[in-house]
Amino acid sequence: MLFTSYEFLGFLVVLLVLYYIVPKKYQWSLLLLASYLFYFMANPCYLIYIAATTLTIYFLGCRIERLQEEQCLYLKSHRDGLGKEEKKAYKKGMQKRQRRLLLAALLFNLGILAVVKYTNFVIGNVNGLLHFLGNGKELKALDLLLPMGISFYTFQAVGYLIDVYRGTCPGEKNPFRFALFVSFFPQLVQGPISRFGELSRTLYGEHPFQWEKVSRGLQRILWGYFKKLVIADRILTGVNEIIRSPETYGGAYVLVGMLFYALELYADFTGGIDITIGTAQCLGIEVAENFNRPYFSKSIKEYWRRWHMTMGTWFTDYIFYPISACQPMLKLSRFSRKHLGEALGKRVPVYLSSFAVWLATGIWHGASWNFIVWGLGNWVVIMISQELEPLYRKFHGKFHVGNNAGFRFFQIVRTILLMSCLRTFDCYRDVPLTFRMLGSLLTAGNWNILWDGSLMTLGLSGTDYGILTAGMLVLIAVSLLQRRGSVRERIARKPYVVRFVLWYGLFLTVLLMGAYGIGYDASQFIYNQF
Amino acid sequence: MNKKRMARAVCSAIFVIVTLYLLQRLLVPKYASDVVEGNLIAEYYEEEKNHDVIFIGDCEVYENFSPKVLWEKYGINSYIRGSAQQLIWQSYYLLEDTLRYEKPEVVIFNVLALKYDEPQKEAYNRMSLEGMRWSVSKVKAILASMTEDEHFLDYVFPILRYHSRWNELGEEDLEYLFRREPVSHNGYYMRVDVKPAENVPEGRILADYQFGENACGYLDKMTELCRENDIQLVLVKAPSLYPYWYEEWEEQVEAYAAEHKLLYINFLELTEETGLDFSQDTYDGGLHLNLTGAEKITDYLGKVLTEECALSDRRGEAELSRAWEEKISAYEQEIAEQKKMVEQQEISGQ
Repeated sequence: MLFTSYEFLGFLVVLLVLYYIVPKKYQWSLLLLASYLFYFMANPCYLIYIAATTLTIYFLGCRIERLQEEQCLYLKSHRDGLGKEEKKAYKKGMQKRQRRLLLAALLFNLGILAVVKYTNFVIGNVNGLLHFLGNGKELKALDLLLPMGISFYTFQAVGYLIDVYRGTCPGEKNPFRFALFVSFFPQLVQGPISRFGELSRTLYGEHPFQWEKVSRGLQRILWGYFKKLVIADRILTGVNEIIRSPETYGGAYVLVGMLFYALELYADFTGGIDITIGTAQCLGIEVAENFNRPYFSKSIKEYWRRWHMTMGTWFTDYIFYPISACQPMLKLSRFSRKHLGEALGKRVPVYLSSFAVWLATGIWHGASWNFIVWGLGNWVVIMISQELEPLYRKFHGKFHVGNNAGFRFFQIVRTILLMSCLRTFDCYRDVPLTFRMLGSLLTAGNWNILWDGSLMTLGLSGTDYGILTAGMLVLIAVSLLQRRGSVRERIARKPYVVRFVLWYGLFLTVLLMGAYGIGYDASQFIYNQF
Repeated sequence: MNKKRMARAVCSAIFVIVTLYLLQRLLVPKYASDVVEGNLIAEYYEEEKNHDVIFIGDCEVYENFSPKVLWEKYGINSYIRGSAQQLIWQSYYLLEDTLRYEKPEVVIFNVLALKYDEPQKEAYNRMSLEGMRWSVSKVKAILASMTEDEHFLDYVFPILRYHSRWNELGEEDLEYLFRREPVSHNGYYMRVDVKPAENVPEGRILADYQFGENACGYLDKMTELCRENDIQLVLVKAPSLYPYWYEEWEEQVEAYAAEHKLLYINFLELTEETGLDFSQDTYDGGLHLNLTGAEKITDYLGKVLTEECALSDRRGEAELSRAWEEKISAYEQEIAEQKKMVEQQEISGQ
């Protein structure tokens, strides 16, 4: 059930009515039922996967927590009877047992993810290798079911278990409540990746009907539809035209495609998240924000702090820190500081941990070398920027451009271009082709296509360009206004007529200018695939 | 909620409903100067409903039979509920819909639609279904006709389907916002121009000549519906030379008609009796008849209906005659207008 389908809207309306009719203590149970129904309607087989993840993480979470409690009780009751060494040995033993349980859960759940998502990638590479070695044999690709949003709910559940293991989050005792945490339908499709501690604050609460909250949620949903239907799905035609015919569209077209894709991805992903957050708000539930005006970032590093924020913090908390703090890395740190000097030596383990994070980020985004190269490309750019940081500081100081608006604008444009350039790896079918297309930017010399009307051959009409330009200006204006706080809150303080005109105007814009229905190739949300 | 808020909410709701309704009216196609066939189904509801004969079917009925001839020569009051590529289940549900308003003595169904066993094109669905008034029959017709890409809600709220027409709006969309004069003559779509039939292609070889199960099922339902309502069902095959009518299809229809004791007239085999001349009586090379062709075969049909179905001559009914006088006058006027246009086109060499 796509967020942009009539079925979803019908589903939401019925759910909202029931949600505020049923006794409040049953609201979360209804949400669990609705979430499983939502998933069932996408494909009944998906339920097996999500149920397996829910059950294993729940039971192992409970077991780990019980061991922690057992440990506490034992140490308390033997406070005077045990020596320091005995206590240490006992703790170590208990931690080992917990770690074993954690590893079992991680292996099982990340194993499922790896099998359904990456088996064919591995088979493809093995075949490539066999071909290279001159072996005529070929492994057959498997027809595996990839459950919708599996990366999101697996990461969310795994994050919960690690938190329980670390003792930073209490384990959920009720398996059904935990099942709701894993399957909460608005974020099942494309995140955000919520933390149990944050989401559970409102997920299981009793929510009386408050028109103000529901209307704010509906406004956010409408804004999401504007981004998705008016902008993302309209520009999609142009993006597809360029990337599906690389032989025809080289050189300056690649730049156009990059920028079109930057706009499409932003409108698509943030639009989907707006619908997610808006839907949750209608139900009185607070879901973590996932974006903070990323295209206003002045560097790639800053961009990644503002784009898909819940994924970024997940990788930092559950991959970067554990790797940085593990014994081999600490040893390496000592070694590098000794042999490479304090300054550089300190950075080596950070860079290596960062490498692991970006490799994982790339693999998480998709089962292809394109995404791996894309992830590592981000790592290279960030590392270079970090190494050049002192040089930048010197330059800023010498030319006094640190606070210069023009220079800030230059930095923003540079970041957008750099990010767009890296994202071309998402678009083309393989890595060599992507490099060829990027190379054609310098060699094709067809810059005239930017003004000679060639852009009209990309399946977009003058009207489409008009709508896209206007839509983009609205996005920029809203982003600028957001710097001074919530735009919805500010609109809410305006007189009724102004509010009505603004929201009804937005509704009519989506209704009339949205690229949906017959005649438009309405697309799935891009992040559904991850 | 205080009174002020309540009043505000009610006013806003009314404003939203009215503006959305007006927008929908504005955006739905008016089929004004192009594909005027899109208006045919809706025009029926403006009629006085006491017809002796109802035609149902595709373009082979609404372009090939003229109810005016049936009235003028035989006193038979008839109406054509035809639409472009009307599928057999659409014909069936249109018949069900018609029976909500009147009970004709004879229903004439053109059998070409039997060749389609599943939904075809959204554009034709729209022309057949949008004009129908809402009823259970319409709901069933939509559900039976939708192609994979279509959605039921788009029929309930056509603005969802036509939302992007705002950049194609023309003067006609404003002119015909609420109403327009009928484009047909009791469902007959008139053409007076001539384009002789030359080099009509032979039918290509088909893998299977058997009519589909779904189509046959609806023919059974149609026969049953007519029997239940004491209506005589007449099957016809209009004399259109293309799409090709296969001998294997003819055999199946003949067998069906014989089995169910239905009258079946294949006009393709009656060229001599009707006096059809495909160098003069078609406006598109044999696909459809023009005015002279339609009048010739309708004349023949009237004779058969009078003899075989014992339809009485109603020309003595004063009110009906008055209504037909007006219709005939409009009919003659359109002939004159079309002829004038054809002459102008000939002069300008188009």
